[in-house]
Order: sequence, then C-alpha cells, then structure tokens
Amino acid sequence: MKQLQLALRQIKYENTAFWRNPPAAFFTFIFPLIFLVLFNAIFGDDEIPIESGVVPGSNFYIPSIIALSVISASYTNLAMTLTDSRDSGILKKIRGTPLTPWAFMVGKILFTTFISLLLVAIVLTFGVLFYNVTLPNDSLLVFITALLIGTITFSCLGIAITTVIRNADAAPAIVNASILPLFFISDIFIPQTLAPQWIKTLADIFPVKPFVVTLQSSFNPFDTRVVFETLDLATMGIWFAIGLIVALRFFSWEPRR
Amino acid sequence: MVDSAIVVKDLKKSYGDFLAVNEISFEVLSGEIFALLGANGAGKTTTLEILEGHRNRTSGDVTVLGYDPGKKEQNMSMRVGIVLQETGIEPYLKVEEVLKQFSGFYNNPRNITEVIEATGLKDQIKTPVRKLSGGQRRRVDVALGLIGDPDLIFLDEPTTGFDPSARRDAWSMISNLKSLGKTVILTTHYMDEAEYLSDRIALMVHGKIERMGTTRELINSESNTTIEFSLSDTNKLLPEAITRIAEINGNLVSIITNSPTGILGELTHWAIENSLELDDLSVRRSSLEDLFLKVVGSEDSAT
Repeated sequence: MKQLQLALRQIKYENTAFWRNPPAAFFTFIFPLIFLVLFNAIFGDDEIPIESGVVPGSNFYIPSIIALSVISASYTNLAMTLTDSRDSGILKKIRGTPLTPWAFMVGKILFTTFISLLLVAIVLTFGVLFYNVTLPNDSLLVFITALLIGTITFSCLGIAITTVIRNADAAPAIVNASILPLFFISDIFIPQTLAPQWIKTLADIFPVKPFVVTLQSSFNPFDTRVVFETLDLATMGIWFAIGLIVALRFFSWEPRR
Repeated sequence: MVDSAIVVKDLKKSYGDFLAVNEISFEVLSGEIFALLGANGAGKTTTLEILEGHRNRTSGDVTVLGYDPGKKEQNMSMRVGIVLQETGIEPYLKVEEVLKQFSGFYNNPRNITEVIEATGLKDQIKTPVRKLSGGQRRRVDVALGLIGDPDLIFLDEPTTGFDPSARRDAWSMISNLKSLGKTVILTTHYMDEAEYLSDRIALMVHGKIERMGTTRELINSESNTTIEFSLSDTNKLLPEAITRIAEINGNLVSIITNSPTGILGELTHWAIENSLELDDLSVRRSSLEDLFLKVVGSEDSAT
C-alpha cells in the first residue's frame, strides 16, 4: 500500500523534473504539434483514401498525430530519460533505497500516461477548434481504451529498448532509428493504401500500425465498428508481452560502460 | 557485549577469471567506524557494493544488520544509508526537493532541516542539483544517505573532490554519526582521513585483506618513528650505530626506528662533539601512509 502511495508520489517529482528540462519537454510537446500544424496545412483539405474509405485529411491526421504523440511521450521519452538516469547513476541510487523497483516504474509509467493524455487533449482541442474534426462519440470507448493500451504497450517497449542501448549518447540514435521508419510505414505521415504489399505486411508485424489504425477508425465517419479488430489487439498484446519480458529480464539499474 | 553490524566470511567475487575479492573475512562492530583501504582496483568498492546489495557475490557468507544483502530485502534498505562512489541525483530537482523525495521512501526519516544543517547545504536548498559544484553535489549524496536515519552507513570515498576545509567539516559530521551510535563503513584514498576517523582498518591488496586491526595497532605494527635531517658536510662520518640503520640519500639521512630516544641521544651527542648542526631535523611518528606504501608497494613489486 505504502509503495503504491510512493509510486503516485513519484509522479510529482517526475513532473517537476520534466518541465525543468526544456529539450525533453520540447521534443515531447512541440514536435507532435509542429507535425500537426504542418500536415494539416498541407493535406488538411484533401480527401485521403484509407482502407475503410475516403476521409477528409484532418480526420486522417488528427488520430495520426495523436498516435505519434502517445508514442513519443511513452516510448521515446521513457527510453531516453531512463538511459540517462541509468548512466548518471540515478537508478542505482534509487535501487539502494526502500523504494521498490516496481513502485519506481509504475510512477514513471503513470507520469508518462499523464503526459500522453495531456498531449492527446491538446491535439484534440486543435482538431476541434481549427480543423473541423468531431470527437469520436460513438466509438469513444474504443478510442480511450486504445490510448491506454497504446501508452502502456509503448511504455513497456520504451523500458525494454534501454536494454540494448549501451550508453546515453547512443540513446537518441537507437530510439529514433527504431521508431521513425515505423512512423513512415504505419499510416502516420503518409496513408499506406497505395504502398506495396510488402510494406503493408511489414508494418502489420509492428505495434505502431495497429495502434494508428484503431485510432483512425474511431475518427472515421464511415467506419461504424465500435470494437477492436482482434488482430490489432493481438499484435499490440504480443508486443506488450515482449516488452514486459525483456524489461523484467534484462533491465539494468547500473550504469553500463 | 557489542554485536556485529556486518559479518563477512570467506567472501569471494570473481568476474570471469579475475578474482576481484578473494576470500576475505571481517566483522564490523555496531557503533564503530570501519575503513577499507587499498589501492585502486584492490576490491574495496566491490566489497562495499556486495554489502550494499548492489552486486551479487560469487561465494561466502555475508550478513548486514542480520540480513543477507543478496536478497535485497526492503527491511534492510530501511536501516541502511548508501553513499556510492559516483553521485547520481536527478539534476533538475532542487536540493530540498530531492531530500523530500527520498525522505518519503523511509518509515522514520530524519528531519530534513537537521540533515541539511549536518551536511552544510543550508545555502543550496533552493539550488537545482545540476547547478551545484562537485563538492556540493557530494554533500547532497551524503545527505541522501543520512535522510532515512540509518543505523549503518556506507561511505564510498565520501570526501573525494573536497577542499581541505570541506573535508574537515565532513570528518566532524562522520564523527558525529558515531556519537549518535551509528555504524559507518567507509573507503578512502586519504590516509589521514582513515587515521582520523576510523576505529579499525582493513587494508586490501589485490582482493585480499593484508592487514587488519585498530588504527593504532596498524600504525604501531611498523617501526613507529621516523627521524630525518640533512648533513651539510658529508665528509664527517656518522657513528657506526647510526649508519647501520640509516638510509642516506645525498645529504638527507632518514632513520626509521622503534627506539627513537636512544638514537636521538647518540645522534645529538655526536653532533655536539663535532660542533655540527643537524639541519632540518625532524622526528615524526610513522603514519598510516607509511604502512600503506610499504604493504601496497611491496605487494606490487612482488607481482
């Protein structure tokens, strides 16, 4: 019980430290917003073909950028900050205190969830105010569940990826190299309806596309489904499990040299 | 009867073929300050980190306050304060915030203001950690080690990077811990520090404990007085009794002895008879440093 309280208490300190680190806050917040404005300015008025039909550009890009925001707040941000904390000895120090490892991690993931939801709220507000997007009322439950599943899955993967990052200097390279290509093939920047089959198949293996597609379908006026596609859910579930197992098995609290 | 805060028996730690710690045994009594000394790579930090629970041992028995540190029990962390060799503190939090954060981890933390006073951080409480100097950051490390009001405190090179006055402050703070009944185990590269602070010392060389005992015992175990002077006129022959034991380097003569009174008597008598002045005459007690250099030096040349 006390550890759960401590996990919640950690959020406060995570939050304070986060906002005092301008580059981290900048990348997490400004980056998705720049993409939001750019893509909507360029393609917002176009009709964009996706698998379930043709949608207005903004209906494509708002959920895309929401996915991008969640992923950069959870996966990218956690991987970078954890590697940094690990290499500067912060994690080792924490490990020597009575704060349990899981309370520390739960605190991190809860803070990540908070940042993700804050970003989603900002992007949605932009969408409603400036880009004529309506909230996915009938599929709201799918939308919210997808957000939570996405945050937790990508948080786990963010923790897991630190196990292959040798040191903090290598973090940006490895994190970006692992996620940017997926953004391009997973319906985030460009719709993939015209992409060759092998690209589509490749994207289906990774967790980004199922996440994006689920968010998009909840914004698609022609798509009336109110449940997850089993396959999307399964793909994300498998990646969550992989992330969790790797993190539990190999996560290091000691600086690596 | 004084009980033991730490009991180590046949502790061994190897990394592949390399034996970092080679079957060492020692006890740290409750309420004492115990120092682990040794050259870089002698195995001090490895030993300390096994006791802290940061490393697993290869073999041997270890108990810390009755717990096995390898099991990483929370009850042990509640009663132990750890100051690692390298500092790791969230750079964007202020000193006060970090102390508050850490004090929340413990059931019965010490008063934050008290810890801030004890570590001399009064003027830095509102400063973000990243803006502190190396020495100040080190104090925050120590403060974080004390915040849980531990019974046992690990200090891995606590004063490295301190200026002389900061070091004196740290010493009085550590002595204070002892007067509060805390047990302290520390490593240091400063022999004066070990000599000033510790009740007992273990001197490690290549993973083994070469010497162990009270600080006084160790210092006295060697010939305990050094007499030095320079002889301007090297043509004058020193008395036979002195040349036999002296080491002469140019015109610097040094004598290490257990019976300084007799030697000095002979020496001054000879000087007066020959109307000579013994320039730069000094008589000093041998220090821990002399012992350290002797033990560590001889081991190094043996390998």
